[in-house]
Amino acid sequence: MTGLRPAPARVVLRGRTVVPGVVTGEVLVSPETISGWGGIDPATGTITEARHPLAGVCFTGRILVFPGAKGSSGWSGFFQTTRLLGTAPIGMVFAVTTTKVALGAVVTRVPALADLDDDPVAVLRTGDRIRLDATAGVVELLARTEEEP
Amino acid sequence: MILTDDEQRMRDGAEGPAVAAAMDLLVRYGQALDAERLCTVRNVAGTTTQPSPVKARLVAEGGWDRAFSIINLDADETLPIPPMAVPTCQLQQGFGPDSVGTVPYPPEFVELQTDGEAFVGARGVSVLATCTPYQVGNLPVRGEHCAWMESSAVVYANSVLGARTNCEGGASTGAASLTGRIPCWGNHHDAHRLGTHLVRVDTPVSSFRDWGLLGYAVGDVVQEARPVITGDHALPDLTDLKHFGAAAASSGGVEMYHVVGVTPEAPTVTAAFGGRRVPEPVVFGEAEKRAAYERLNDQGSDTDVDFVLLGCPHASLDQIHDVARALDGRRLADGTQLWIMAPRALAVVAERSGHTAVIEAAGGRVLTDSCPAMSRAAPLGTRVFATDSAKQAHYLPAILGIQAWFGTTAECVDAAVTGRWRGDLS
Repeated sequence: MTGLRPAPARVVLRGRTVVPGVVTGEVLVSPETISGWGGIDPATGTITEARHPLAGVCFTGRILVFPGAKGSSGWSGFFQTTRLLGTAPIGMVFAVTTTKVALGAVVTRVPALADLDDDPVAVLRTGDRIRLDATAGVVELLARTEEEP
Repeated sequence: MILTDDEQRMRDGAEGPAVAAAMDLLVRYGQALDAERLCTVRNVAGTTTQPSPVKARLVAEGGWDRAFSIINLDADETLPIPPMAVPTCQLQQGFGPDSVGTVPYPPEFVELQTDGEAFVGARGVSVLATCTPYQVGNLPVRGEHCAWMESSAVVYANSVLGARTNCEGGASTGAASLTGRIPCWGNHHDAHRLGTHLVRVDTPVSSFRDWGLLGYAVGDVVQEARPVITGDHALPDLTDLKHFGAAAASSGGVEMYHVVGVTPEAPTVTAAFGGRRVPEPVVFGEAEKRAAYERLNDQGSDTDVDFVLLGCPHASLDQIHDVARALDGRRLADGTQLWIMAPRALAVVAERSGHTAVIEAAGGRVLTDSCPAMSRAAPLGTRVFATDSAKQAHYLPAILGIQAWFGTTAECVDAAVTGRWRGDLS
């Protein structure tokens, strides 16, 4: 766990509700799109794609911030399985809406936001603490990680 | 989202709790997409029977009604599953009884799946058990709204057949099968089917391998967008387009493409772009072809091949026949296996036509229902495999932790017979 400091200035992103709900937690930023089938292990809640920058990293209990989904139509089923096995992320914030990621967020049943007014992957950093109000369509940075990006 | 009176009735439970759960999922999904309404579908391709540890647990707890409710309807409780409301087929799944003795796959999964086939079959599902339903009896007509999953089938349905489907998932196809509805979004709309990128082929594309390389290169460039292919290519057949789309849906997320003068929504470049401004072309020349070839072969270093995998997406009869001709009178190398994956309906025809006997006499196998990537199963001890499929070369090294070689079907058969990879891009 890295240290946190107060957010430097008020950082707020606004977006479109994908799945309503409110959650506060730590961010995991994936700089690249994520594969479901062949890309994650639902049993452990980790990213497994060998060439992915987050290979081996666990998303369980964190708010996943990522550009979007890639790969097979099994995407939603794999994330649904993380919910059934208790390894799911607690929220999702993504840039590009596709059927794969939209259905995936629905069946993972976590607050989810998309189509934001700024790129969440560029603005947020792994380790940041945010409040995701997907009902109102707002992400607020509560505390900034002390880790350099 | 606007629901019709019929849809509202289904949501309110007039057709039972499973249909109500299905409509609830479709509404949540439609809202997630910001879709205005649902559209009527009469053709669903999904998956229920594929075994997994979670599914085995759910079936043990409450039978297939429970597994379908939790996974295919995203419900919280076990609901009695009624007959399908519209024609529905089961896509590829796990390995079946024909694989026993050849494929190292859990026997309890073979049994679970056989049980699942009986459950869905009794509710009207056609158990096609293939990633290529369009080869074996599910051939939507142009303009037909469908709810299909399996990325290689979705891109074929949209692009080659002119049917309309998004890349659906297990829950949305489950819900569609009980309601005949799916969110009207994306590929269901005319504007979302028009080309976005012009691709000019400057190096000859004439073989099955070349169409795979072109697809792999184009998918990487356009990602989820819609490429329009022009230039120096021969007239592709079903097998070429099947390979092209699967490759483009692996390196990118292509769900719709046009080949000018070939695919139904692209009689001309102008038509493919719907009269909008045609962008500057992206060029596929010798350098781009080589780059795609090298990327597909960057997971191979050891030329001793112990496994050859053909038929991804599932083989056509022409492909099975080609392999039989190439293997006629030859024997696989000791310690090397060759599997060709096919829809069971076509495996029946291949056997009847004598192709299977030739392949088996050489030591190869025609297998059905699944593939090594779906079922995470290859011959025990496999370290290096060779394939003529860009999609398998893309996925299988990560899924099974093995090395990969990609080349022509003839190079793969040669590797199976000699135990050595000798492919090159000539």
